[in-house]
Amino acid sequence: MTAPSQHTILICSGKGGVGKTTLTANLGIALASQGVRTAVLDADFGLRNLDLLLGLENRIVFTAQEVLAGSCRLEQAMVKHKQEPNLSLLPAGNPRMLDWLKPEDMQKIVEMIKPHFDVILIDAPAGIEDGFKNAAAAAEEAIIVTTPEVSAVRDADRVIGLLNTRGINPIQLVLNRVRPKMMANQEMLGISDVTDILALPLIGLVLEDEQVIVSTNRGEPLTLGNGKSPAAIAYRNVAKRLMGEQIPLPDPNQLNKGLRAKVRQLMQTKIF
Amino acid sequence: MTLLDLIDKLLGRQQASATTAKHRLQLVLAHDRSDLNPELLQRMRKEILEVVSKYVELDLDGGDVTLETEDRSTALVANLPIRRVKEAALQSLNLNGPALEAKPQSDAIE
Repeated sequence: MTAPSQHTILICSGKGGVGKTTLTANLGIALASQGVRTAVLDADFGLRNLDLLLGLENRIVFTAQEVLAGSCRLEQAMVKHKQEPNLSLLPAGNPRMLDWLKPEDMQKIVEMIKPHFDVILIDAPAGIEDGFKNAAAAAEEAIIVTTPEVSAVRDADRVIGLLNTRGINPIQLVLNRVRPKMMANQEMLGISDVTDILALPLIGLVLEDEQVIVSTNRGEPLTLGNGKSPAAIAYRNVAKRLMGEQIPLPDPNQLNKGLRAKVRQLMQTKIF
Repeated sequence: MTLLDLIDKLLGRQQASATTAKHRLQLVLAHDRSDLNPELLQRMRKEILEVVSKYVELDLDGGDVTLETEDRSTALVANLPIRRVKEAALQSLNLNGPALEAKPQSDAIE
């Protein structure tokens, strides 16, 4: 594999609970398994969870806090994933860090990490306040995670506005927790509805998948190993697209084959 | 409008909730993005109508001033059907040339 170009990517959504941390964990593992040296940085200092989803919670000794204070070296704080040694986590420190953390601190951390990795994923906190601004300060690109729900799309729009003014580019979209059946019945915002409204290119489409919950229970991201669940495949495809591979996005209508799907498709024909 | 929307309309059914969601989002985002609150928009709408009504008689039932948004840019769109051009406005044009604003129209606002 040729050396991939460097990316520092903010994973954010505005709204909480739409799948930022799950995407960060799965994308991190998927990239690492493709041979990309990947660092994931938990920038959700108030409510950190990335360690838990990666199954690394018992291996944390030092955090970003000690690195910034100079009381440990970066290599001591970075937790390497056992099965995917190309992936390392820099854990978030104590929630009290929120009191003094500045955007410059995040920039400092990222500058320290950069020479050792190809891709840095920054897991942003929900909201658009200081925590989010700190996380965004060091990012060059962004992936917005949203679900096809009005509140998530509205919040995503606010975040996109903030990222645009900061000159973060490209900003790409992952549409998460898609239910093809509800979409086909027009009981859920369609893919083009969301991409039209937010005016962002889609880099991933992830179907609602119960296996996500099972995987978080175990602390083993779906992309670990050869998992074939729909979400695992979708996350791996996001990783491949990020590295420049051309992989077509699935057409959710094709996921519902048969006569009923055809009738539904006919019903969605634009007449005027 | 999709075929399903039309059938729903003909049968007097509620439109599909995805369509409702999209319309509600478009409207709320137009306001979010422009930072114009509904009260301000209402005032602007009233003043626009007042100015336009100086010169033409408007069909106020058919008209609308709204914010529309496409590709992350927001536009103020006024759709104001005209009944007829006002006599007074035409006369002021004949008397004063192009300087329309020279003569206040006390009878213009209805």
